[in-house]
Amino acid sequence: MDEPLNLVLFSGTDDKLQAAAVLTAGAAALGKPVHLFLQYWALDAFRHDRIDRDHGLAPEAGTEGREHVDHLRAAGQTPWAETMRQAKDLGGVDIQACSLSMDLLAIDQADLDPLVDGVEGVTAFYLNAAAGQVVFI
Amino acid sequence: MTLFQIASRVDARGLSCPMPIVKTAQAAKLAAPGDLIEVLATDPGSTKDFVAWCRTTGHELVNQDLDLATGTYCYVIRRK
Repeated sequence: MDEPLNLVLFSGTDDKLQAAAVLTAGAAALGKPVHLFLQYWALDAFRHDRIDRDHGLAPEAGTEGREHVDHLRAAGQTPWAETMRQAKDLGGVDIQACSLSMDLLAIDQADLDPLVDGVEGVTAFYLNAAAGQVVFI
Repeated sequence: MTLFQIASRVDARGLSCPMPIVKTAQAAKLAAPGDLIEVLATDPGSTKDFVAWCRTTGHELVNQDLDLATGTYCYVIRRK
């Protein structure tokens, strides 16, 4: 379990971020290191003034998918940002913002939630990814 | 009658995957080696998850029960 799990988060909708948070927390609970690399709209969702907002769902969810997600939420499902925080509390989870995406959104690290540990380029991401799997969400 | 000397308890009833395992991992971090942790959960997927989690982390799944009346799973785990 020593090889890290490397998740590239691109999508900024709540359903995909929820799936990413579940994968992150599950791996962290197993003691597996997790590297998250935040790009584009996923990075936008990690802005400190937006992280707890409603980020909508992927288009394929449709109205029926929306109802299913709302039902899970009403049943008390832990929101993705809180799941990420609990995963970080377990240790071994490193969250980095993609520097190109920071430029794209014209933001700096002060704009991001404290969950984000730093900013790095894609080369640093690959170096840290080592021989672990890379998953794009 | 308590069969086990439980050192800590995790109430994960009503929580969906992966929070029962996350809460248990948090409790295991705080527990001492050999401590027994009791976990209550209602997520049906938790059965396979707890077996997999214990196998991977080295903690021991000492006991598991299902209360059919309430749909509550009870796991007892011995911390590595």
